[in-house]
Amino acid sequence: MKVRAQLAMVLNLDKCIGCHACSVTCKNVWTQRSGLEYAWFNNVETKPGIGFPKNWETQNRYKGGWELSGQNLKLKSGSKLNTLLNIFSNPNLPTIEDYSEPFTFDYSYLKNSEEDAFPTLKPVSAITHKEIDIRWGANWEDDLGTTFESRSKDYNFKDIDSSLYSSFENTFMMYLPRLCEHCLNPACVASCPSGAIYKRDEDGIVLIDQNKCRGFRMCVSACPYKKIYYNYKSGKSEKCILCFPRLEVGKPTVCSETCVGRIRYIGVLLYDRDRIKEAASCDEKELYRSQLSIILDPNDEEVISKAIEDGVPENFLDAAKISPVYQMIKEFQIAFPLHPEFRTLPMVYYIPPLSPIQSGLISESDEDVLPDVSKLRIPAKFLANMLTAGDEGLILEALNKLLAIRIYNRNKILYKDCNEGSLERSNLTVSQAEYLYKLLAIADYSDRFVIPTLHKENYDDNYVKKGIVGFPKNDFGG
Amino acid sequence: MGDWIEEKKEPCSAEDGYRKRFSYDKVVRSTHGVNCTGSCSWQIFVKEGIITYEIQQNDYPSTQDGLPEYEPRGCPCGASYSWYEYSPHRIKYPMIRRPLYELYKEKRKDLEPVSAWEEVVKSSSLYKQKRGSGSFIRISFDEAVEIISAANVYTIKKYGPDRVVGFSPIPAKSMVSYASGTRYLSLIGGAVLSFYDWYCDLPPSSPQMFGDQTDVPESADWYNSTYLVLWGSNVPQTRRPDAHFYTETRYKGTKTVVISPDFNEACKFADVWLSPKSGTDAALGMAMGHVVLKEFFVDKRNDYFESYCKQFSDMPCLVMLEKEGTLFKPGRFLRLSDFGSKEKFDEWKTVVFDKEIGICAPNGGIGFRYQDNGKWNLELKDSINGKEINPELSLIDFRDVDAKVLYPYFGETKEVIARKVPAKKITVDSKEFYVSTVFDLLAAHYGVDRGLGDENVAKNYSDLTCYTPAWQEKITGVKKEAVIKIAREFAENALLTNGKSMIIIGAGVNHYYYTDTIYRAAINLLTMCGCIGQSGGGWAHYVGQEKVRPLAGWSTFAFALDWYRPPRHVNSTSFFYVHTDQYRYETLRVDDLLSPIAKKDLYSSHPLDLNVKSIRLGWLPAAPYLNINPLDISDLAKAKEMNISEYITDEIKKENILFSYQDPEDDKNYPRNMFVWRSNIMGASSKGHEYFIKYLLGAKSGLIEEESDLSDLKEVKVREPVVGKLDLLVTLDFRMSTTCLYSDIVLPSATWYEKEDISTTDMHPFIHPFSQAVDPLWESKTDYEIFKAISKKFSEIAKDNLGKRIDTVFAPLLHDTPSELGQSTEVRDWKLGECDILPGKTFPGITQVERDYPNVYKQYTSIGPLVEKLGVGAKGVSWLCGEELNDLKSINSENNGLVSISSARSVCEAIMHLSPETNSSISFKAWANISKKTGRDHSKILPPKDYALRFRDLQIQPRRTITSPCWSGIESKEVPYSANYLNVHELIPWRTLSGRIEIYQDHRWMRDFGENFAIYKAPVNILSTDKIKLDENCITLKFCTAHQKFGIHTTFIDLQVMQNLSRGGPHVWLSEADAKSIGVEDNDWVTLYNRNGTVMARAVLSQRIPIGMVIMYHAQDKIINNPISERTSARGGVHNSLIKILLNPLHMIGGYAQLSYFFNYYGTIGSNRDDFVIVRKLNKVIWTQKERGGEAL
Repeated sequence: MKVRAQLAMVLNLDKCIGCHACSVTCKNVWTQRSGLEYAWFNNVETKPGIGFPKNWETQNRYKGGWELSGQNLKLKSGSKLNTLLNIFSNPNLPTIEDYSEPFTFDYSYLKNSEEDAFPTLKPVSAITHKEIDIRWGANWEDDLGTTFESRSKDYNFKDIDSSLYSSFENTFMMYLPRLCEHCLNPACVASCPSGAIYKRDEDGIVLIDQNKCRGFRMCVSACPYKKIYYNYKSGKSEKCILCFPRLEVGKPTVCSETCVGRIRYIGVLLYDRDRIKEAASCDEKELYRSQLSIILDPNDEEVISKAIEDGVPENFLDAAKISPVYQMIKEFQIAFPLHPEFRTLPMVYYIPPLSPIQSGLISESDEDVLPDVSKLRIPAKFLANMLTAGDEGLILEALNKLLAIRIYNRNKILYKDCNEGSLERSNLTVSQAEYLYKLLAIADYSDRFVIPTLHKENYDDNYVKKGIVGFPKNDFGG
Repeated sequence: MGDWIEEKKEPCSAEDGYRKRFSYDKVVRSTHGVNCTGSCSWQIFVKEGIITYEIQQNDYPSTQDGLPEYEPRGCPCGASYSWYEYSPHRIKYPMIRRPLYELYKEKRKDLEPVSAWEEVVKSSSLYKQKRGSGSFIRISFDEAVEIISAANVYTIKKYGPDRVVGFSPIPAKSMVSYASGTRYLSLIGGAVLSFYDWYCDLPPSSPQMFGDQTDVPESADWYNSTYLVLWGSNVPQTRRPDAHFYTETRYKGTKTVVISPDFNEACKFADVWLSPKSGTDAALGMAMGHVVLKEFFVDKRNDYFESYCKQFSDMPCLVMLEKEGTLFKPGRFLRLSDFGSKEKFDEWKTVVFDKEIGICAPNGGIGFRYQDNGKWNLELKDSINGKEINPELSLIDFRDVDAKVLYPYFGETKEVIARKVPAKKITVDSKEFYVSTVFDLLAAHYGVDRGLGDENVAKNYSDLTCYTPAWQEKITGVKKEAVIKIAREFAENALLTNGKSMIIIGAGVNHYYYTDTIYRAAINLLTMCGCIGQSGGGWAHYVGQEKVRPLAGWSTFAFALDWYRPPRHVNSTSFFYVHTDQYRYETLRVDDLLSPIAKKDLYSSHPLDLNVKSIRLGWLPAAPYLNINPLDISDLAKAKEMNISEYITDEIKKENILFSYQDPEDDKNYPRNMFVWRSNIMGASSKGHEYFIKYLLGAKSGLIEEESDLSDLKEVKVREPVVGKLDLLVTLDFRMSTTCLYSDIVLPSATWYEKEDISTTDMHPFIHPFSQAVDPLWESKTDYEIFKAISKKFSEIAKDNLGKRIDTVFAPLLHDTPSELGQSTEVRDWKLGECDILPGKTFPGITQVERDYPNVYKQYTSIGPLVEKLGVGAKGVSWLCGEELNDLKSINSENNGLVSISSARSVCEAIMHLSPETNSSISFKAWANISKKTGRDHSKILPPKDYALRFRDLQIQPRRTITSPCWSGIESKEVPYSANYLNVHELIPWRTLSGRIEIYQDHRWMRDFGENFAIYKAPVNILSTDKIKLDENCITLKFCTAHQKFGIHTTFIDLQVMQNLSRGGPHVWLSEADAKSIGVEDNDWVTLYNRNGTVMARAVLSQRIPIGMVIMYHAQDKIINNPISERTSARGGVHNSLIKILLNPLHMIGGYAQLSYFFNYYGTIGSNRDDFVIVRKLNKVIWTQKERGGEAL
């Protein structure tokens, strides 16, 4: 066992309002510059839909993530040797059409126009500044835009008769905010011929060393989530940095801080680094459980002493003990990894959403005020394809927990009934239900974000550094 | 495994690049002055003198224990605001259109400014035709201000000050900026245009039923609900910062129901989604009411609902039945005066039946409010002897007869239904008449079987008579089982929780012509179930609603009440209807709107005729009011040696003086100068956009329809229309909006990160600031500084041209003033000889003020003497504030003995110091004032002492406002702000005729139009596509204009990032089936048109849109990616190009308690959701006039 700490995120999709505040604030801070106009370190997709870039989930084109070859875990895009052979012609890259060409307008025309008609701004490419006809966009499917036929290509309809969901009456919708997964078994790191991508030892953040990156873009295709973007101006690849300058000082990422749906949680997970391969190599059906199995109990004495021995700082251990994400991921198993079948052991987790009761099932004689999980609109299989490699049972259990908390609270408020009856089916105790209720609903800032500050003093001589932080290197003495 | 994972022990130096990007030099607290009423506090980051980005603040004071907090607040729109700062879209310098500038410059060579402007106006209208076609050039601020001032002075002198008008909406979003322009206008006597009614965000049902504009719970109170219905309100899209209270309360066990024709974002969080056909919601509401009345009032009864309705609604009030042969019609409220009047205002006191005492007038009727005898309260007491009473809801056990009462039915066909109502015979002075209670009439109206052997009521829920669940299914398409279940659960929930069932309601139903009927059906439900005034329950209307928390202090400055009273306010809907000539295209006929049991000959058939009648009776205001200059009236009266009232009434009777709307095309009768600031009226709210362009502006418009037959206009002179009424349109903005492009002069305003101001909302209880992150960039100035500069120049020019003048100001009978007690029982028209002409009673009020034009600048920058002399107040509560004025002298500094308000910040200080919401010493005075009226001790809810907010307090943290009698809830940590809380818990009456929630509207017009009760009316038919020839390539669809996602009205939608998240220009949403039928695929160009205009857009196909409807998310503006229409040869329009103003006569009622005009409070509304449009694919996309091969202008 080798204990490492990871800053992980949970997103409660049951609360996501699809507003894109996360995407926009992220873009403003990190990617509003030439070379990355098309990039969204964080984006929000409407499901069902094919997403951004197009069809990112189906790996038969981009060949991202890992696959099992016998007992061996292999990059889907091929070995490092193959990668090197393809170094100048990666055939698996998404094109700008897959992302969609970003556009802008010549705004000054409004003031300068001498046109007789009322002036209007025609779109021009933000990259080439030539006029373009807009045919697709980074968020084209927002709120179920475009035909069902197009959106039904959604990978998550696997093993579902999607035509059952094409009618107006059977409409369902959910949002999926996405960022880099900061995986435990990152395919991008493994694919990089230059060794430029690294996973920070202290907090698990995956970063690209901009000094080392040579722009080969193997990582772009290897990442099954398509969350690495090639900066065509700098010639280097960039990605979500999990706002490490903020996390280092104990503040949540920009996307989390600005999430008005209050759906995001950040905290520490402890995991066993020695078992990564094992966890990523098991049978597809077992992947979720195996991923869970290497996440360690922060209150286990053995784990704690091993963690101290392995150099995990005490404030990280303290944070791990009260980590909201640990509770939701491991203790209550209501938050799941996105596509565990990609075998990268992603560290961003999602709570599946409830949905309205199907229109056809509303009946006057139904005595239940709150719906039964079997009557919800979003097919459990759809969520399972997204979050549990197809295991519907796990999804239903999680949704049942959310409903059990609701029913328990309703009985308590309306009928002063505090007995556990409604919770039994979900194996929750009253105190667990109260805890989860507070975490999900009240969700105070300090409950959502439990982030230890980084021990920078361990890496540098901060006695000296204090006086020179901010000055350019080698100038101003120091 | 893991051999490829490098274990990095050393920090990587490349990381520093990201660290440096993130670091900053300064963080400033500001916000966005945008019309979303979100009022979110933001951190603005500045690095190296540049505003780099913004992130939400999360330091709001805490909510009630056990509730989620208000952090963070904000949305992607606000998050991208800093893009405007340095973008090429920014307006950097004052600009003017070249032809106007050249003309003025030429005249100015030999003439002083006012004469030069006079020559400009006389000599050419070419510059008007050029509006909207670019050709801007930069000028200096001084030149711009000179031209504007000259135009204003000329207009005042020649036509009168009320020909200078200004439009700016939603003061709460930036109070000082709003007040900057309105203060200037109010000082010079200009007219201020309303917005809330104009936007159709005002639900007139609120003043009708509550006597209050709209007061709603803060969003945290949603969390306290246990049954939440979202009805036509798409909270996650339009109330993004608040949506989490909705999503989170579900975990508390709250059930959520969403009622929306399309599967909108709110549906995602619903437990049940009901999808009624667009505009039929009242049918659904009536059916729910039917279930609740039957199951909770008739079949089974309960104490909570009954005692609530007895005390807080008009349900026990007695209504006279008008005899019609052997049948009856519901009449007016019985009044105390019907028994012989003993005291003043007895005709304004409603009565109830108590089985011990008999008929008596309980406390709380509006008569008591002005009698000032301490009986204006909701204690259940006989007002005459103070005895406790227990009014009967129903007379069923005391009835003398089962009266057959006639009810109108407004389905696809109009019908009359007779239903049995228990009635009691009353004899006064040997006169016999029958009365019933509101409740009894209501139950029969809803078709509930009372066991009276009535064949016309519903036998069961499957009965197809109105208003059963089965009846509604035919109309709405919603299954009756669903309606029964939801109605039952809603009431059961309210019963178990004492009223914690809530309806969040909004634009989705409010924007229809018949909004009142839908809203009233919903409010009836809430009233029956005792939800209104209870935390977690009640009516939560959110669209355009705003809350200027420090209302009294703010309105003092905004309308220059410290110098002159009254200000000139006008209802924009009627104003624009007349001045954009939409009356000439009218298709609605009043005859068709009337109830089948009304006497039709009492009403003219053209809505404008009724509007004119309303003005002359003192109900609605107008601008201009009269066809003469109000500055001349005084002299004219003097010349005739008459007092002003005599003179005016005499001249008007002889028709020597006319109301301007009687002759709208006379050159004396329309507005000449218009200011627009904080608004993009042309891009966002010009209802009947093409009519605006043609008639108000005189520019190239897409209007090709011919006028209607105007022969039914009886009160209005029909002349050749004037094209291009405005001589000068001035807009202040920071970006080149559609309105700017149509303006003559554009002034660069400071952005929201470059100014000081204050912001409040009703969504949360805090007040917080705008602050300067950087000083105004380029030549921009804050709105306050711009109007200050104009007022300075104006004063200079006015010295020789105007001097001091006596201005005669007209005002309608105003709500919350004694003049709201106008005609108590019948509508009498002096013009028809039915009554005397009495200013302030049967005619507008008349006041004279002396305008000191050369001193407008001095007045603008100091607090005038009327604050000390007459005090400050709002909504009928008022107080003197001498001490507080003294404090202000030291806070702001003194200027010739007056308090200086020479900066925006000093206005903020003054507003807060004089308002009960922000200064506890004022709050105590306000509470003392209200206690006198209610005769009750309200001390247990008084705020803490020594709470007086200063601007710098707000910059440190948003601050909580405190409890004030100007609002209906309390500010406390025990309970979130919950509207009507004071009515239910402190027994302060609603400001209605009965003092209670008025289920019944007894005004003659209400009865004649069939809206004395909430009712279902089939959507109004306005013939918008009837005359257009159709072929198989097109389809006719219902046109819906909901609020969009990637912009707040037209703000933000022009941002690069928002366009990239959206579709890159105007787009409309269609169902796949409708699109298929006309061969349209996703992203195809389509055109939408009807008699009002033409729109070009791209199609978004979606499964979530029902067949028969097209949604154009509103205010996408027309500056982006918008082709030329082949049909009209003009640039494609905006969503408002496809609609036209429709006046509702019921919104013209005035001088009748709660049905009295007040600015943004009551009045005609600009409904915009009843039109149909024709949609077809666009085969050729044309961008310029040239490409079209058409003539240039």
